[in-house]
Amino acid sequence: MLLAFLVVIAFAVIHLRDLVAIIMLAGLYSLVTAIIFVVMDAVDVAFTEAAVGAGISTVLMLATLSLTGRLRREPRRPRALIPIIVVILTGVTLIYGTFDMPHYGDPDAPVQQHVAPRYINDSPNEVGVPNMVTSVLASYRGFDTLGEVAVIFTAGIAVMVLLMNRRRRSPDEDKEQS
Amino acid sequence: MNDLLGLYSYWIVIVLMMAGFYVVISSSNLIKKIAGLNIFQTSVFILYISMGKVDGGTAPIVVEGSSNAIYSNPLPHVLILTAIVVGVATTALALALVVRIKEAYGTVDEEAISESDNEL
Repeated sequence: MLLAFLVVIAFAVIHLRDLVAIIMLAGLYSLVTAIIFVVMDAVDVAFTEAAVGAGISTVLMLATLSLTGRLRREPRRPRALIPIIVVILTGVTLIYGTFDMPHYGDPDAPVQQHVAPRYINDSPNEVGVPNMVTSVLASYRGFDTLGEVAVIFTAGIAVMVLLMNRRRRSPDEDKEQS
Repeated sequence: MNDLLGLYSYWIVIVLMMAGFYVVISSSNLIKKIAGLNIFQTSVFILYISMGKVDGGTAPIVVEGSSNAIYSNPLPHVLILTAIVVGVATTALALALVVRIKEAYGTVDEEAISESDNEL
């Protein structure tokens, strides 16, 4: 299954040292994630992930790499034991937690009970847009989207402030907006 | 057996999340750390989207002429749409910080940075 492919990519990222290869794999990872989102019926999210996650993120990281230089010098030190132990402990705890989770695709799961039926049944009549994701995003949860715009604006300002007073200006870092 | 298959997607999400977490805490290169953070973040997206899926459902876009179509839950999709865009904004901010750190310290390696901090 595609999910297993993601695991392969993630482990490749762990083992690789070459930053360009890591960034390319991160882009591939986003693209495979977008395919998985289509399989899971989330077409809008898949569009966004493919455009933003696989596109803009990769471009931004490559731009950073061109400014900071491709590091080859990183020494291969012995793997520290503590991170592995921490990661395995956390993972085992989380897996223990999943035993109480509803199964994948379960129509009676708590997620499907609360406001979702209302959105599904009423939004086509109330908002008049066939795509429920759009009507929830722009109408029912419009304030969330407004807050999102505020966050992106703040991040954009911060990036500009950080990069504005550099000695050598580079044009390709401060054009992130989506 | 059916139990295990129903939880498979959560386990993959956890493995991915831990892989990203491991990169974040074990790698000393700041750009690689950001890539690990992206993997971590995307695994959370997959968790949410997989919770919204309903068996036999279709994408939450109204199917003309059929009143009893089953739709997947649109709410997680909306939340994750917002999260993806905010995630890119924070990634851009982190990368801008990395560029500044490179200028100030001449390296993006965490251990070299703390060494030059100790020399001061």
